[in-house]
Amino acid sequence: MTIDTDLPSNVAADRPEDADQLTAKLRHAAVAALPPERLMPDRQPAYVASWIYVFGILTMSALAVVILTGIVLSIFGPLWWHVSSTGHFVNSLHLWSVELMFFAMVIHLWGKFFMAAWRGRRRATWITGIVAFVLSVGTAFTGYLSQQNFDSQWISTQAKDGINSTGAGAVFNVLNFGQMLMWHIVLLPLIVGVIVAIHVLMVRLRGVVPPFAPPGEPVTSTEPVTIGAATEGDES
Amino acid sequence: MQTLSTALIQVLGSVFNLTGPGHYINWGFIQLSVANLIVIILMVIVFFAAILIPFRRHGGDDR
Repeated sequence: MTIDTDLPSNVAADRPEDADQLTAKLRHAAVAALPPERLMPDRQPAYVASWIYVFGILTMSALAVVILTGIVLSIFGPLWWHVSSTGHFVNSLHLWSVELMFFAMVIHLWGKFFMAAWRGRRRATWITGIVAFVLSVGTAFTGYLSQQNFDSQWISTQAKDGINSTGAGAVFNVLNFGQMLMWHIVLLPLIVGVIVAIHVLMVRLRGVVPPFAPPGEPVTSTEPVTIGAATEGDES
Repeated sequence: MQTLSTALIQVLGSVFNLTGPGHYINWGFIQLSVANLIVIILMVIVFFAAILIPFRRHGGDDR
């Protein structure tokens, strides 16, 4: 990065002489891959007008509530969520938003499976979705272990044999409350957040997969459409 | 408000009696709680409803 003492703060980018800089290259690559109109589109193809396409954003909305209520729970701690009425309420919000998230995520998964949503160079979208699902199961599991009640004790003693039989118990000890809590509130949410962000960016990059052509009609292209090249009747 | 919520809890408590062990369905080596089975049935119902119920569309053209 070049230091320019006379540079006004609002013209810090896109000077021709800076084209070889790492920041300029990264910025151009990012904008070329995901221009603003593709990152936040105003319209979607006609086939997206179905309730089955709602469950992805419903999953993410529930995830947002999970994270927000999780932050509140971590601020006040176990005594608060076990004893006070408000703590019970936020604890219940955390649990039921997780239930809703999995409910919506499974329907989203079924819908995408029967659409074969990996078609048209969308394999990375499908795989990141599956990874997000598996990681969410692990996050929910460590959440059950972090409740600090008889339920969490029961689940951990039942789970330890299963985990130990895989050999993972050497590094992932479900009876170690501190370790499970750290996995639940730090590591797994961080990884899930990154994977979900990549998943959504892949949806924006490749677009929503078109439906299968009806019997007897010609097969339409499933390839993503390049911005600026789209014409009426294209699928993206 | 307190009376209303207390009454609601009593009504729901009489419908869903959660005191006592849960109910399970056994099928070979598969063991499934009735609560989980109800959730799975609800997911299947919502899945087909999402496919079959028409979605209200906005705007004039397709894009």
